[in-house]
Amino acid sequence: MSGPFLTPLGRLSAWLTDPNPSSRLQARLGQAWLTWLRFSRNPLAMIGLGIILALVLMALFAPLLAPHDPLEQDLTRRLLPPLTPGHWLGTDEFGRDILSRIVHGSRITLTIVALVAVTAPVFGLLVGTVSGYFGGWVDAVLMRLTDIFLAFPRLILALALVAALGPGIENAILAIALTAWPPYARVARAETLTVRSADYIAAIRLAGASHGRIILGHVTPMCLPSVIIRVTLDMAGVILTAAGLGFLGLGAQPPLPEWGLMISSGRKFLFDQWWVATMPGLAIFIVSLGFNLLGDGLRDVLDPRSTSR
Amino acid sequence: MTAMIEIDGLDVTFRVKGHEVQAVKGARFTVGEGESYGLVGESGSGKSTILRAICGLAPVTGGTIRIEGRPLGPRRDKAFASKVQMVFQDPYASLHPRHTLDRILSEPLAIHGIGEHDRRVVAALESVGLPASFRFRYPHQLSGGQRQRVAIARALMLEPEILLLDEPTSALDASVQAEVLNLLWDLREERGLTYLMVSHDLAVVDHMCDRMAVMEAGRIVETLERPDLLAGRFRHPYTRKLFEASLAAGG
Repeated sequence: MSGPFLTPLGRLSAWLTDPNPSSRLQARLGQAWLTWLRFSRNPLAMIGLGIILALVLMALFAPLLAPHDPLEQDLTRRLLPPLTPGHWLGTDEFGRDILSRIVHGSRITLTIVALVAVTAPVFGLLVGTVSGYFGGWVDAVLMRLTDIFLAFPRLILALALVAALGPGIENAILAIALTAWPPYARVARAETLTVRSADYIAAIRLAGASHGRIILGHVTPMCLPSVIIRVTLDMAGVILTAAGLGFLGLGAQPPLPEWGLMISSGRKFLFDQWWVATMPGLAIFIVSLGFNLLGDGLRDVLDPRSTSR
Repeated sequence: MTAMIEIDGLDVTFRVKGHEVQAVKGARFTVGEGESYGLVGESGSGKSTILRAICGLAPVTGGTIRIEGRPLGPRRDKAFASKVQMVFQDPYASLHPRHTLDRILSEPLAIHGIGEHDRRVVAALESVGLPASFRFRYPHQLSGGQRQRVAIARALMLEPEILLLDEPTSALDASVQAEVLNLLWDLREERGLTYLMVSHDLAVVDHMCDRMAVMEAGRIVETLERPDLLAGRFRHPYTRKLFEASLAAGG
């Protein structure tokens, strides 16, 4: 197998697919590589991944990519239609370039998505695994708490929280994270219930492991795929909720180029200057689609039930 | 011969949706040091439940379990873990699917604060006849027999004196069964282990055990020594039924 005939890339691939890895790192990378190979065979998932990567790059290099300052007003050039030279997506009611605002708005969107993605699932995972693992009254208390949060429509609860905390982007993120965790807790609990009585959990318990070690090291890895899939599929919803809060004036505040806020301000001109509201709407649509395609692809490769034992 | 395991009037009762199911009724037997003791019976007779009760995985509702003369309380501590270990029936379910063999074998060491992971893990793999190059494989990269060897190696990591074997070969192919049984036999010779082995297969128990108890519907109906079995000296009709079934199956 190995030898002078292999290119460096071929050697890397041979190292990754070595049936006898020589370290934990190599074993883990090898598994990740196999997962990636399966994932990359799904064209729709690759499109989703491409959209999300494009979003990330757009956010990273926003000042370089945007042709204009997103906040620069020019009332002589207000409400220009798309394809105007210099303003390819047109301008809004203050003469600001819509393309530049969408590019800069991706930073806000991505910040919201990232902050929600690192807080809500972690909390949900913790609640769900603890609840499922211990059962009994711990389970009853934690799950009733989860039920209370689930009983309210998410946007309504977020609205109530923002109204109480005061409008603003930070409070919007907080409100979304606080309303997003219950489904993850549910998923993690369901997954925990299926592995709790597995022999490998009994075996580690028999070795004298503490509850914390079992939950973190043995139960959580089994719940992680379902939660990751759920998070990716929920990101579209998070973006829409953030946009919804912005639209209602409870999220990002003017003149921030937040997409939902942009739609809200374009609403007044929807019939005559349709592009002001439509362009940010398209951006939301494409990014949501990207997350959904990515989530579907991840479900196909990560779902423990679909992989061979 | 001193007694390693003493089971005295053991009752195990499961409570399922308001119903009480008594899985073990007044079981009583003693396993001596270095002995290999068999529990035989068909599925549902409560034999595996006794092993699980010893490990604290089944609800004990009556009687006592003594290990080296000391009665066990409701909880199993680390001292128990380093004295008694168990090999589960299904090697496809008893190894964590997302951990490498290295992690599976070194975790008991980490829990008990034992060092020299590298040397001990490699030694453990070799002692059950697996190459050291398997160390960083995942369980799904192994065959059933190899997995069961890993499960045996894991049970031996803490150098216990007692090994509880819950039908260790029933999930394996016939040819692999014999290999695993021989490995268990050799390990007992080398390390002076005490075995308590559960099986529905009289041929396996006959191969492995010096004495055995026959269980039916949660009760021990007869205890036998190997010569009794070989000579067909059973008193209970249920034992005869099992014996004939195992003859018919190919033994």
